[in-house]
Amino acid sequence: MTSRGVMKVFFGFYALLFFGYLFGPLIIMSITAFNSSTYPRVSPWECLTGEWFVKLANDSRLIEGFQNSLLIGFFVVLVSVPLGLAGAIVLTQIGRRVRSIYYTIVICPILVPGVVLGISTLIFWRRLGNMVGAEDGSLLFNDIFLTVLGQATFISAYCMLVFIARLQRFDPAQEEAALDLGATNVQAFTKVLLPFLKPAIASAAVLAFLASFENYNTTVFTSQATSTLTMVLASKVRYGIDPSISALAVIIIVLTLVGAVTYEVLRRREERLATQRMLEGLPGAKPAPKAGFGVVPNIAGILIFLVVAAGVATAWSASNYDAQVCKAAIMEEKLRIQKELAEKQRKLLEERMKQQQTQPQDDPARPKSVTPFGSVFDPNNLGSQSGTGEKAPAPAAPEKPKSPFGNVFDPNNLKQQSGEQ
Amino acid sequence: MAIVNYFRWFFSKNGLVLGGILLAAVTFWCVVMIIMPQLFMLDYSFRLNLAPHEYGTAKDVLTLDNYRYLLYGSSANTDSFNFQDLGVFWRTIVAALFVTAFDLALCYPIAFYMAKVAEGSWSRLLVLSLVVPYWVNEILRAFAFRIIFGASGIINSIGMGLGLWDQPVDFIRVDIALYAGLGYAYILLMIFPIYNAIESLDKNQLEAARDLGAPWWRIHWRVVIPYAKPGITSGCTMVFMLTAGALAAPQILGGPSSLWFTQRVYELFNKAIHWPRGSAYAFVLLVACIVIVMLLMRLFKVKLGEIAR
Repeated sequence: MTSRGVMKVFFGFYALLFFGYLFGPLIIMSITAFNSSTYPRVSPWECLTGEWFVKLANDSRLIEGFQNSLLIGFFVVLVSVPLGLAGAIVLTQIGRRVRSIYYTIVICPILVPGVVLGISTLIFWRRLGNMVGAEDGSLLFNDIFLTVLGQATFISAYCMLVFIARLQRFDPAQEEAALDLGATNVQAFTKVLLPFLKPAIASAAVLAFLASFENYNTTVFTSQATSTLTMVLASKVRYGIDPSISALAVIIIVLTLVGAVTYEVLRRREERLATQRMLEGLPGAKPAPKAGFGVVPNIAGILIFLVVAAGVATAWSASNYDAQVCKAAIMEEKLRIQKELAEKQRKLLEERMKQQQTQPQDDPARPKSVTPFGSVFDPNNLGSQSGTGEKAPAPAAPEKPKSPFGNVFDPNNLKQQSGEQ
Repeated sequence: MAIVNYFRWFFSKNGLVLGGILLAAVTFWCVVMIIMPQLFMLDYSFRLNLAPHEYGTAKDVLTLDNYRYLLYGSSANTDSFNFQDLGVFWRTIVAALFVTAFDLALCYPIAFYMAKVAEGSWSRLLVLSLVVPYWVNEILRAFAFRIIFGASGIINSIGMGLGLWDQPVDFIRVDIALYAGLGYAYILLMIFPIYNAIESLDKNQLEAARDLGAPWWRIHWRVVIPYAKPGITSGCTMVFMLTAGALAAPQILGGPSSLWFTQRVYELFNKAIHWPRGSAYAFVLLVACIVIVMLLMRLFKVKLGEIAR
């Protein structure tokens, strides 16, 4: 093989690892949402079920958090899109020396840790509230107010970046023409600049909403009593996890996929329209190259179709197929295993009792067995017990004189049982 | 006066109404939302932990107590260092640097591939597919890692199935899950700046280097990396800042005995209820992050203006 071939193989392996790392966790998490096991996992597979989605829909804390998140996201969009727009416009109108200072100030919130933004916002408004002697229920202490401001601090900067990118393509002559034709400044702004910025406003709004919706670091400080969706999720995940969270992840992933493809399709359509318009405007101009995105929507469309089809099929079969039967079977199996174990233990105990009875009860020649701990402190004991977790301790046990509890307290016992679950 | 002239020009250009709105919005954002809160936090970090009715009384003095506590573990006694908190701080910074380096190594090849090797439509699909994991909630991403690294998770099942180890490994206790999750969380912020930087590189430069007989690694070392330096620095800066300031992933994936510095701050705010000390800790974190980023930029000779585009 040539060194180029080796490189190719090597890169293929790397790409496989990379995308495995990128998508593996999400795929596995999605699968766990359909397993009836109460701990989210893929193997052992128990039953296909849709019950976690039902549980999710009935979780009142999550629903409340979701509503709070929507509310906050809405206000954040209202605050940060205008601020970002103003910030971008001012940036284009100031001198170079001031501009670099200004740019540093407004870009900082993106780089500053979200925790710090949350804390500083919280403290600023609390102190201000105390200074002006605000009452406890006033706006300055309101969780949603603080959260919106804290999040908008850095989300406005995201919006500003979006607007800067769009403004770079704006021709100021358009505005000047409007002014020359007698438009007022406000008219020139609303009739010329704003329509030009419309796509940027839309993408800034979407970006702002999503950034607000998934924010955790800032919100967790500014919102002391009100829980948003991410806060509810975080507390759920920290104190005991169950597959209904995976179910939520499935919903979000599907929504994201649909959104991404819709965006791509819209973008393509707009591009095609733009090319068309250009062609109509410039008769005889060469047809613009078709940008080479021809195949993508097809691939993406097929992928999406597959995902959606798989989802629908799963949901359909999960609802039709009786999960109760399968679950009952699993339960029975578990019970059977447990019973077997209990039986085994009972037998062992009996055997040992018998052995103890046949032995002389007070034999002075066996000082070891007199201690109530049996041979717990025997160093050999330790080796045979803790060395191999898989092996059942049963066969070795009866030979040694043991405590009257049999090997109930044997740590391996416990492991064996819990391992089967 | 230059300033007066500037404002006169500004208002004549935008008109009184629009200019006023613009100026008010930007002032509100810069002063009330960005600068003042930071100053208040800084001021608060020099205060004692008082009840609101004690503000402004004789007790309300400026003090270095909170910073002293971070250094020595007590505000009065300076005999021994506060190894617990300093250790957490040190570990956070080092681990964040490590995660940044890991992400850079992981993302550079794929960014180069997307920018220069992949064909138009395929490259577009790659970009789109990278965005999807990023829009899944941070908490849910950490949760996914908790599932796969759990005692009965897929990694343990595979490892034990292949006979690599025979007892479930507690990945969470040894923090492997945490580093994997943190590295995962900000991949996108590493890839896109590098991708943007490399994309504008003229392919002819690569071909020229190849024609002159440079091996592939020298092409990267002498042509691509110097050209993409602003993008690389920008990606590293963002990943480092976000990792050092991460809160959700350490809370969910962190081992029981190891803390992230932000978790310590969180504790001071929500469990110990010592806000001034929490502010001091947060401020130290902020300064440390800024210093390290400045050092990185000095090291790579990149200016802030080139970053964050």
